[in-house]
Amino acid sequence: MFYIFCPYCKEHREEEEFHPRGQAHLLRPEDPENTSDEEWGDYLFFRDNPRGIHHEMWVHSVGCRKFFNITRNTVTYEILETYPMGEQPTITADSPEIRHEQGAQVADGGWQTVGARPENKALNEETSS
Amino acid sequence: MQRYSGFGLVKHAFGHHENWERQWRNPEPKKRYDVIIVGGGGHGLATAYYLAREFGVRNVAVIEKGWLGGGNTARNTTIVRSNYLWDEAGRLYNHSLDLWKGLSQDLNYNVMFSQRGVLNLGHTLQDMRDIQRRVNANRLNGIDSEVVTPQQIKEIEPELDISNRARYPIMGASWQKSAGVARHDAVAWGFARGADSHGVDLLQNTEVTGFKIRDGKVLGVHTNRGDIEAHTVGCVAAGNSGVLAKMAGIKLPLESHPLQALVSEPLKPILNTVTMSNHVHGYVSQSDKGDLVIGAGIDGYLGYGQRGSYPTIEHTLQAIVEMFPMFSRVRMNRQWGGIVDTCPDACPILSKTKVKGLYFNCGWGTGGFKATPGSGHVFAASLAKGEMHPIAAPFSIDRFHTGALIDEHGAAGVAH
Ligand SMILES: Cc1cc2nc3c(=O)[nH]c(=O)nc-3n(C[C@H](O)[C@H](O)[C@H](O)COP(=O)(O)OP(=O)(O)OC[C@H]3O[C@@H](n4cnc5c(N)ncnc54)[C@H](O)[C@@H]3O)c2cc1C
Ligand SMILES: [Zn+2]
Repeated sequence: MFYIFCPYCKEHREEEEFHPRGQAHLLRPEDPENTSDEEWGDYLFFRDNPRGIHHEMWVHSVGCRKFFNITRNTVTYEILETYPMGEQPTITADSPEIRHEQGAQVADGGWQTVGARPENKALNEETSS
Repeated sequence: MQRYSGFGLVKHAFGHHENWERQWRNPEPKKRYDVIIVGGGGHGLATAYYLAREFGVRNVAVIEKGWLGGGNTARNTTIVRSNYLWDEAGRLYNHSLDLWKGLSQDLNYNVMFSQRGVLNLGHTLQDMRDIQRRVNANRLNGIDSEVVTPQQIKEIEPELDISNRARYPIMGASWQKSAGVARHDAVAWGFARGADSHGVDLLQNTEVTGFKIRDGKVLGVHTNRGDIEAHTVGCVAAGNSGVLAKMAGIKLPLESHPLQALVSEPLKPILNTVTMSNHVHGYVSQSDKGDLVIGAGIDGYLGYGQRGSYPTIEHTLQAIVEMFPMFSRVRMNRQWGGIVDTCPDACPILSKTKVKGLYFNCGWGTGGFKATPGSGHVFAASLAKGEMHPIAAPFSIDRFHTGALIDEHGAAGVAH
């Protein structure tokens, strides 16, 4: 069971309150009239499917009902950060080391996880005790 | 290969069953093969078997990073049916069902295929309309399928709660009598033994770590046991297909999710058939050992953890108790997960790629076990001829750019 930090409610809540909505940061082709079938197909159907760090969109469906993003490891299931729509991740596959410095916290061997943006360190410590 | 028979059983009894031949060899990798199959699951092994037996390509290796059948093949809930909506899918799954019928004889290996029938329940008016439409489409394609009423359902599966007290009362079902279940391990082992006996090298504990590609053509694979050459490579790696594709510089429209199953303590025979429901989202059958075999949906998020999440177990069991209230006290013995590669249109990919000689067979999602013999057969034909078999052709990766999707979400809606 995930404990997910909603960046709007500013609280950790159980997984059951949320709904995953697939890969984050997908950009709709800017000029639809001049977009090839190839580009449309890529945008609609082709997704990153990494073993490791992944940025995904979730909705706090039975809470504030807002969409936000999560950076999560698909192998360890660690949630590394959560952040509002429109913002960029601070942790990426290219710079995973940041998390050790700023520290999101993990309980129960990486399975039960708490996730907040690294700067929410105070909140993290409070809830993981 | 030593053939199995009643006589052999008696003969070996005198030797206290200590002298049975091994089912397959454990050879050292050769430097080169005509065809390499990556992935020793049911589909990969079936491909190798048909390649060697039917298409005469005997210099074949199956490369498996773990043990044969250790992937989804031996983790699935073993349901075999062919009542899919669209012509393309109907042809593919029905081709498979035809092969299932003779498979034990063909392989000289008991895969315990049991045609006990499958019920797909409807709980709403819309469910019933979808069921009507699918049954009609099935019949036009020569697939046995009928709509049954709650009273008929009660005769088929007496313990199902067809009363109006249920939260989602059962309004009817589709019924495919020729569907059923098969023993999943035996399917992998039977194909492995058959392939081996036709000269196929089964290389276990061998992991493909990259591809040798030059001028857009595949030349072989890198493995943890050295490089192995082949001009034709077929990847059949289920949940890991995305990872392999990335190594070859190819993008696939796949997402990998955990899908889980549970089995209960063994019970006396109580279920006659396989019952599944898209609406309350669960399905159940009873194994020959007596345990209830239960499954439902995938975790909604990407994951490579082979256990699945707890909330999904809870939803699954809610659905089972909704359909069979009498199971509410049954204890669950074991739970596990597999990694399934899901496709946007809930249909598999059997395809060439932009790398010449490199083929993928993947994206079976939650429902590929039923397709094992059919998938292996048409994929083998495609690899042998260098042209996709007519049954496989509509499942090309191109469809995600041409728009010719085969939308099977309705028929594949519940995980199976
Ligand atoms: C819980 C569950 C229930 C299911 N229930 C049903 C059902 O009732 N009916 C149904 O029809 N389908 C069902 N399915 C789906 C079905 O199991 C799969 O579609 C099917 O088994 C896929 O077979 P496969 O041979 O392609 O894959 P697998 O059996 O997963 O084989 C792929 C193999 O590739 C190997 N591999 C991966 N990467 C590499 C590499 N780099 N190098 C070498 N080897 C590699 C893996 O180790 C694995 O052994 C279910 C699946 C699950 C998880
Ligand atoms: Zn919220």
